[in-house]
Amino acid sequence: MSHSPSLPAKVRARDINVHYGDKHALKHVDLDIHAHEVVALIGPSGCGKSTFLRCINRMNDQVDSARVTGLLTLDGDDIYDRAVDVVQLRARVGMVFQKPNPFPKSIFDNVAYGPRIHGMARDQAELDEIVMTSLERAGLLAEVRDRLDEPGTSLSGGQQQRLCIARAIAVSPELILMDEPCSALDPIATARVEELIDELRENFTIVIVTHSMQQAARVSQRTAFFHLGELVEVGDTEQIFTNPQHPLTQGYITGRFG
Amino acid sequence: MQLLVLSLVLLALTALGYRLGRGRALAVIDCHPRHLHSLPSYHGYWVAMWCGLPALLVLAGWLMFEPSLLRALVMSALPAELAGLPDERLALVYNEVRNVARYGHSASSAAVADAARHYASLRQTIFAAAALAALSLAIAGLVYARSRIHRQLRTRNRVESAIRVFLIAASLVAIFTTIGIVLSLLFESLRFFQSVSVSEFLFGTSWSPQMAIRSDQVGSSGAFGAVPLFTGTLLIAGIALLVAVPLGLLSAVYMAEYAAPRFRAVVKPLLEILAGIPTVVYGFFAALTVAPFIRDAGTALGLTVASESALAAGLVMGIMIIPFVSSLADDVITAVPHSLREGSYGLGATKSETITLVVLPAALPGIVGGVLLAASRAIGETMIVVMAAGLAANLTANPLEAVTTVTTQIVTLLVGDQEFDSPKTLAAFALGLVLFTITLALNMVALSIVNRYREKYD
Ligand SMILES: Nc1ncnc2c1ncn2[C@@H]1O[C@H](COP(=O)(O)OP(=O)(O)O)[C@@H](O)[C@H]1O
Ligand SMILES: [Mg+2]
Repeated sequence: MSHSPSLPAKVRARDINVHYGDKHALKHVDLDIHAHEVVALIGPSGCGKSTFLRCINRMNDQVDSARVTGLLTLDGDDIYDRAVDVVQLRARVGMVFQKPNPFPKSIFDNVAYGPRIHGMARDQAELDEIVMTSLERAGLLAEVRDRLDEPGTSLSGGQQQRLCIARAIAVSPELILMDEPCSALDPIATARVEELIDELRENFTIVIVTHSMQQAARVSQRTAFFHLGELVEVGDTEQIFTNPQHPLTQGYITGRFG
Repeated sequence: MQLLVLSLVLLALTALGYRLGRGRALAVIDCHPRHLHSLPSYHGYWVAMWCGLPALLVLAGWLMFEPSLLRALVMSALPAELAGLPDERLALVYNEVRNVARYGHSASSAAVADAARHYASLRQTIFAAAALAALSLAIAGLVYARSRIHRQLRTRNRVESAIRVFLIAASLVAIFTTIGIVLSLLFESLRFFQSVSVSEFLFGTSWSPQMAIRSDQVGSSGAFGAVPLFTGTLLIAGIALLVAVPLGLLSAVYMAEYAAPRFRAVVKPLLEILAGIPTVVYGFFAALTVAPFIRDAGTALGLTVASESALAAGLVMGIMIIPFVSSLADDVITAVPHSLREGSYGLGATKSETITLVVLPAALPGIVGGVLLAASRAIGETMIVVMAAGLAANLTANPLEAVTTVTTQIVTLLVGDQEFDSPKTLAAFALGLVLFTITLALNMVALSIVNRYREKYD
């Protein structure tokens, strides 16, 4: 189940530091993420999980006060190189947010949004094809097949989140970042999304931030524990949960703090 | 002066009532507020109300009825030589009596001087009676209310319901005024439609609202077809919207999405100042600067431009309503949740793609609402068009010609000496009714759109 160390990492983070103004939010983080694995980021609130995630698709560019240093590569290419076009980067690195955020458009147009702005379809038939496949892969097609014209906001919360996942995979990213994707969902919708994550692993690499230990244990192959901006420990999920090396990790997963 | 002193005395009594009531409440329970049903200050307010309200009512009654009471009394006591005069003369005499008595004018006859003395003494007596009544009511109320105070007295509830009555009364004044205005518009319009048919007014294409003084006069019959007014209004409002919607919307997008916070903090209030400039200033700006400029520019291009063109008025009005569009659009654009923008950026959209494809569609209802409000403002605007649009009721769509608007015509119909029953004057009410209906409808649609939008992203 675990990664093969011989393969070069999909994402390599070396000595990543993030400052928001004077606040040192992420400190000297080194982390490798390998293709076709699900990596869970866990840790108490405010420890920098989202910040790390948002480094990978340069979403932090959006925050004026944020400053990122260190080396971050995707397939060996420096993400923060001047020559990198964030538009292309974000087509390769999709993101799913904590709160489902479908656009105020139809279900179809929500999924077609990415393919359209990236000019991925030559004609309507091709676009239809992309949209249908993405909905299918997100496990939503059966539920929305005959209501594609209805607004995305008319779906239930769990369906909305799967719509956002379909929207993300419609641009065929290599890597999908998920920031607490289930924290606004009920247990049944959560289970549905977790199943989906497991299926998606076949085609995508996934980094997921989660507050739920069980979720991390269920969906991820490797887990990284953050504390106060530092990466405390990273390892196979099973090992982290059964035999944590660091006392902080142990304290967190046994629920003594966090 | 006397009234001022009286009011001050009553005010002082009321304040005293508050103190006494509060003190009495505290005394009743030996300074243990928990033993009292209501806080001591409520007892104070309650006594103050008993003290002040009846006196206030007496004073209000005095202010309302004093003139007619005085008049009736003075008239009935006039000597026969004056009392026998016809009504209009009598009114003049009464006026003179008043002026003599109050402002020391010299009387034209001994009878008038007598009446004036009578007037003055009556006035004093009535005031003294009113003052006495008010003061004794105030004191009686104070004493009564204070003596009623005991532990279980529910003054809190009573004060609260008195406050509610006050608030209801205040809003009723506003509501009834509005209803009154609407009714008077309606009834005067009905009178107008007795002499001019509704269809002629709404669909007639010729407007020349003069009325004959003698029936053999040239042009003795007026024409009351309001279509040229409606088209003129629409033309000018349309030009104004053509200016205001793009400029307002684009500046709102810039302010909300691109401008640095510090720039925004300075420029947004500046933009809103546009809404605070008196419209008469816009008016002379339009008439004295923009209109001549447009005429000169047109002449240089070989076009014939009226000196009071629809274009000039429309352009300036457009500038005036920019803040209506931009301010509301800016609000709704900023209210679009940040998560939608992030979702779009996360898919690799650029800033302008995000704005045109996600933010503006999400904000659209609010923007439409803002535009409708601006349109209703443009249609109802008076000063600019009175000064810059002219009076010629041309039926034209050419913005270089002079046109006139509903509001301008209402003004011209009503300035100068008026008989209140000629169709010429009554036409103003019919025009007002049309204007009111249109702007009311626009405002209602706009507000309902904006509110529905607010609910969506609470
Ligand atoms: N836009 C921002 N501006 C300033 N500080 C921020 C910003 N975003 C996050 N932070 C700070 O950085 C730290 C890490 O935040 P975050 O990565 O969101 O934590 P997590 O996702 O692990 O709960 C927190 O202390 C937070 O207050
Ligand atoms: Mg977070």
